Amino acid sequence: MKRNWSLYPYILWMVVFTIVPILMVLYYSLVEAGGGFSLTLSHYARVFEPLYLSVIWRSILLALVSTVICLLLGYPVAMILASSPAKQQFSLIVLFVVPMWMNFLARTYAWMSLLETNGIINTFLGFFGIEPLSMLYTSGAVVLGMVYNYLPFMVFPIFTVLRKLDPSLLEAAEDLGANPLKTFMKVIFPLSLPGVLSGITMVFMPAVTTFVISQLLGGGQFTLIGNLIQQQYLRTYDWGFGSSLSIILMIIILLSMGLISRSNTNEEGGIL
Amino acid sequence: MTQENQGKTSQEMIRLVDIHKEFEGETVLNRINLSIAKNEFVTLLGPSGCGKTTTLRIIGGFEHPTSGDVMFDGQRINDIPAYQRKVNTVFQRYALFPHLNVYENIAFGLHIAKKDSKEIKAKVKASLDLVDMPGFEKRPIRSLSGGQQQRVAIARAVVNEPKVLLLDEPLAALDLKMRKEMQLELKNMQKQLGITFVFVTHDQEEALTMSDTVVVMKGGIIQQIGSPINIYNEPENVFVADFIGESIILEGRFLEDCLVEFAGRTFPCVDKGFIPGQPVDVVIRPEDVDISADPAAAMLQATVTSVVFKGVHYEMLAETDQGQEWMIHSTTMAPPGQIIGMSLKPDNIHLMKKEVQGT
Ligand SMILES: Nc1ncnc2c1ncn2[C@@H]1O[C@H](COP(=O)(O)OP(=O)(O)OP(=O)(O)O)[C@@H](O)[C@H]1O
Ligand SMILES: [Mg+2]
Repeated sequence: MKRNWSLYPYILWMVVFTIVPILMVLYYSLVEAGGGFSLTLSHYARVFEPLYLSVIWRSILLALVSTVICLLLGYPVAMILASSPAKQQFSLIVLFVVPMWMNFLARTYAWMSLLETNGIINTFLGFFGIEPLSMLYTSGAVVLGMVYNYLPFMVFPIFTVLRKLDPSLLEAAEDLGANPLKTFMKVIFPLSLPGVLSGITMVFMPAVTTFVISQLLGGGQFTLIGNLIQQQYLRTYDWGFGSSLSIILMIIILLSMGLISRSNTNEEGGIL
Repeated sequence: MTQENQGKTSQEMIRLVDIHKEFEGETVLNRINLSIAKNEFVTLLGPSGCGKTTTLRIIGGFEHPTSGDVMFDGQRINDIPAYQRKVNTVFQRYALFPHLNVYENIAFGLHIAKKDSKEIKAKVKASLDLVDMPGFEKRPIRSLSGGQQQRVAIARAVVNEPKVLLLDEPLAALDLKMRKEMQLELKNMQKQLGITFVFVTHDQEEALTMSDTVVVMKGGIIQQIGSPINIYNEPENVFVADFIGESIILEGRFLEDCLVEFAGRTFPCVDKGFIPGQPVDVVIRPEDVDISADPAAAMLQATVTSVVFKGVHYEMLAETDQGQEWMIHSTTMAPPGQIIGMSLKPDNIHLMKKEVQGT
């Protein structure tokens, strides 16, 4: 058997920083509080209490809504990027990427000061005599935060696929009588599916696990599964429950990824 | 058929009027004027980069002329988008849809036209039979060879039975035997279905065997439009003569009507109307040189330098005492080193105005 020695540092890295932590989480989720080796499923049982189920459900729902909005916004953006001439393309991409160079927290705080009751938007509206709107600490604000932060993860995979699309295929469709809409439905969109699917995964994953966005923009009202886990580890020190929540979250993500890559069997490339 | 076309008794299908096309300031088509009759088989012929594909793309609506008009069935269609033109294209690089299988590719246009599924099925099958690929319906495009992809591209276009079919070197990827077969198939189809063909090739033999009309292009300019016989026998300039078939091209001087001087002596010819003393290009087809084993009785003497057997004939090179090299096609062979006599009939000597540099 041929061995590729250059792979070993990578394997070591994976073991130390990925596999071991996951095994530890698995371990904590299965043993009684206080350590030891007495196995229990009680942590998992708690996950299925209605209170926590509703948190999980809300997390999935908000992540799904954000993913759909990212797709609806991101696809046209990717198309515009891909169809603009090479020179403009570069500056457009830079424009799009620059906000990402700012710290994630700083960006989210910036949205807080925009959305606050005494914030910039309401002050502006006040000039026109419009009553202040309560925008912060709503599920809308959480979705907004997710869309704002994760939109590039949707745009870039789609852009990459669209840029490589052979323009002569679009001409062939047109030649066979397809108007621009039909050409999109029958040729452009199906051929961009690998990009769409990897975009969906790359937005859905961070969105379903986030705790910062929901904490800052959602206030106390919008606890998501990410917040719940964070609380278990850092406040109530219930590592067992926190770990079982983490494992459940991992399963959710793995399932959704499996679902997505199944629908993507025809096309190579794509997912991550 | 050719006489008909030239007489313009048949109805006009497409007309290009003073088409000019520039890419980034670079002229690619220069004053293209071309009239194509209904059910005519027109071939655009010329060396690589002469603007054949661009001309086809302008008719198809994928490229817009910088100036000039495109007329279709009497209507100006410059502003009609490609998807509304009653034209189908076989693209030079196939452009088959990689996410669809053979059946779905061919059925694409019929689906768009909302034909019913029974009809689609029958037509797809018939077109696959036509390109000699029965039973390939389910095959993914990726699994096809280049020649098979090219045939699917042909099937995908003809299945729609368009008024005009544009074919951009549709047989380039096929082997000789398959190409000959497809040439016949395409020609039959064109006659049976009454489709107007605009065909692009840089294979002059293909152009001559298939077309009603050949359009010879060079550097974005039409050099000559005519029937294959006309183009071959009466080339209008040295470029056409050289491009269509093999030619011997010599410098000569027009002496008087029906008399020309080249290769160190005078020859009787049939051309008239040049200015006496005017330098001309003399074009001779290699198969029109009569050779004899009796040099003294012939018009010219030359020494054979090489012989190649070409199947039907021998291709010989012979050097005259003036140092000119003549190519000769003959069914009789003279071995290298032998001195032969060469003679020319007056009507096999073609005189042409000297090429002005830069055209
Ligand atoms: N989109 C374009 N932008 C710039 N130049 C172009 C473009 N399309 C074609 N050209 C140029 O126009 C000229 C004619 O091209 P065209 O494709 O019509 O040639 P062709 O006769 O089909 O050649 P071939 O036999 O090699 O296919 C070429 O010099 C080509 O480089
Ligand atoms: Mg071409």
